[in-house]
Amino acid sequence: MSEGIPDLLPIWTAIIAISVFFYVMLDGFDLGVGILYGFAPENQRSSIMSTIAPIWDGNETWLILGGLSLLAVFPVAFAIIIPAVYFPVLLMLLSLVFRGVAFEFRFEHRLITRFWSRGFCVGSTLAAFAQGCILGAFIQGFTVQGRVFAGSSWEWLTPFSIAIGVALVFGYGLLGAGWLIIKTEGGLREWARGAGRTCLLVVLAGVLIVSIWTPIASPDISVRWFSWPNIVLLAPVPVITAFIALMVWRALGGWGNDAAPFFLSIALFLMSYLGVAISLWPMIVPGHYTIWQAASPPGTQTFFLIGTMALLPIIFMYTGWSYWVFRGKLRGDIGYH
Amino acid sequence: MHLDPVILSRMQWAWVIGWHILLPAFTVGLASYIAVLEGLHVSTRDEIWLRISQFWIRIFSVSFAMGVVTGIIMPFQFGTNWSRFSDAAANVISPMLGYEDLMAFFLEATFLGVLLFGRTLVPRWAHFFAACMVAFGTLLSSFWILATNSWMQTPAGYTMKDGRFFPSDWSAIVFNPSLPYRFAHNVSGFYVTTAFVVLGVGAWLVRRRNSLEGRRMVMMALGFLALFVPLQMVLGDQQGLNTREYQPAKLAAIEGRWEDASPSPLTLFAIPEQNEERNAYAIDIPVIGSLILTHSLNGEVKGLKDWPANDRPPVLPVFFAFRIMVGIAFIMLGMVVLGWYLHFKRRLFRTDWYLHLCQYTGCLGFIAVLAGWCVTEVGRQPWTIYGLMRTENSVSPSLTGADVLGSLIAYMIVYLLMYPFGVAVMARMVRQGPGTAEPPIQVTKPAATIAIPAE
Repeated sequence: MSEGIPDLLPIWTAIIAISVFFYVMLDGFDLGVGILYGFAPENQRSSIMSTIAPIWDGNETWLILGGLSLLAVFPVAFAIIIPAVYFPVLLMLLSLVFRGVAFEFRFEHRLITRFWSRGFCVGSTLAAFAQGCILGAFIQGFTVQGRVFAGSSWEWLTPFSIAIGVALVFGYGLLGAGWLIIKTEGGLREWARGAGRTCLLVVLAGVLIVSIWTPIASPDISVRWFSWPNIVLLAPVPVITAFIALMVWRALGGWGNDAAPFFLSIALFLMSYLGVAISLWPMIVPGHYTIWQAASPPGTQTFFLIGTMALLPIIFMYTGWSYWVFRGKLRGDIGYH
Repeated sequence: MHLDPVILSRMQWAWVIGWHILLPAFTVGLASYIAVLEGLHVSTRDEIWLRISQFWIRIFSVSFAMGVVTGIIMPFQFGTNWSRFSDAAANVISPMLGYEDLMAFFLEATFLGVLLFGRTLVPRWAHFFAACMVAFGTLLSSFWILATNSWMQTPAGYTMKDGRFFPSDWSAIVFNPSLPYRFAHNVSGFYVTTAFVVLGVGAWLVRRRNSLEGRRMVMMALGFLALFVPLQMVLGDQQGLNTREYQPAKLAAIEGRWEDASPSPLTLFAIPEQNEERNAYAIDIPVIGSLILTHSLNGEVKGLKDWPANDRPPVLPVFFAFRIMVGIAFIMLGMVVLGWYLHFKRRLFRTDWYLHLCQYTGCLGFIAVLAGWCVTEVGRQPWTIYGLMRTENSVSPSLTGADVLGSLIAYMIVYLLMYPFGVAVMARMVRQGPGTAEPPIQVTKPAATIAIPAE
């Protein structure tokens, strides 16, 4: 570090971690609502869509913040990872296009409505799947030479990344179900509880696969978790995760208030996120670059941090305000009119 | 056939940004227009402003949503297709792109929810405030994106090490030499584009329904354009002077100049031939080129032969795009003069052919924006960072031609599906007219009931 500028990297790493988590949590539930939309009773679909209509585009801005912070703080990681997942990124972007415009395009014509309704569900599902594949590819690691990705554009495609992709679809479905339980009443809420339980089971299977597969595939990760004294220090992570999973199951069955399944699901996501972070720390390009090796110069970090620290609290404030404005239950009886 | 990932990546970039830019070209102006309408409604309590505002807010919501989803694609292009550029330039450009997201995107997206769905949920002033924030957000967004683009055109405030750029002076980076001109010319161009759409839609409403709202729209647009069309021409001239100073090769391509000339003629028309280094069928007017470009009678204009052939931009597209842009500017000026002439003759709303003409010229701004963008982006080739980093060295090394061809086709299919739908949805809203249709989604207190109209 030059001229006594304090090391900002820990702060930046935290900001990026928080942005990505916020994205997963917020767009996760609205993508999840989109996924469930395709399976919900036909006459409830418009109500389902309107629970997220005022907030979805704000949620997607976290994706850009995560991507751009990565570019700003770990430029070489951005330059290696993004081309390596060329096709999952393409799939994600085009899927987000489809589901985003579906909000606006479902007008009068029956066929057109049906087309964009399907687009809304399929787009949401594929976007979630693509994000899961990106996560899977990231955990797997990439072929790197110097500062560039040197593998093929299909290197990401493995059974592991596909499995994570599928698991994330159900994970988002779980968050979406939690959101619907908060926003709806009556039959739709009961339906969401059932759907949430199905999603939870698949998610848990996915978490289990990752937990078993990664230490087998990567000796480093295995050492991280199973060497002494880590095995004792880290033991609470899987134990707490299992406990939360049980709580989610019970909450979906009716335990606690209507917000419980949603917030417990977020806690489940947080634990899984923590698990991945423990496995990979401090690598930002697994196997090649640590966060220190990939960092941009202090001048860039400082300039971007000044504004970010000023703006993030404001963003939290008005994001909170807009959620407050649209709080409360969607009344099931006035879905159509 | 050899598939070149560089050419295909450039085509993909041109495709996704070309479609995207049409939306900010419309929403930047429309957001400000809506804020004005809301302000008029709050201050006068005249319901007509509310009806006009609601009419445009619905159209805004569709175009804004399309702008968001096509905009999200843009920063990822830096990574997917231009990773070498990203690695080299990220230290300098990424905070500017990041600030765009933090300041503008969040502001727009969040307050848009209140603007669209919150009219009955928040006090009147808060709704007006939300409209202002959305408008302010679109301007901030334009500022940071254009600051980034301008830095790539006229880089400043950096040092270079191992082929990568490092920031040394942030105010020099952000307020680089071409930023003030580019920002003013772009935003004013976006405003003019929107005003011509408002003029066209207003004229249609007057013709078909003799609607009072339509008359207000026409008069507001004409009043605004009387100021902004001439202003836009002056701003364009200023940006031209700036280009002559910092990117003389681009200017030479715009002018179709192969040899240095002082005084320089103005080439009205020609077919520039890149390989033969000359113009076919040229129509030149002596001296005027110097007068326009240097504001003096014998100022020197550099010719393309001053640069080695592989440092020259493709002349033909730049040359023609520029003439299309300027041609449109003069058509626009004619429309405005004609409109005011008819107004003073008290015939404006009875002159059907003029109102008809307004409809047809409603989309001219978009063509001018694309043409102007083509001038500035093709004109800076073969560089991504002007004079420092070549386009061919910017592309992701892992990509094969087939990879990029596949993604380009996918983008083409999706955009060609989405845009006609978007236009159809907006056209339908126009046909419904102001004050007739319900807002797309109603939200009422106390239970925050949200309902979508019947399908």
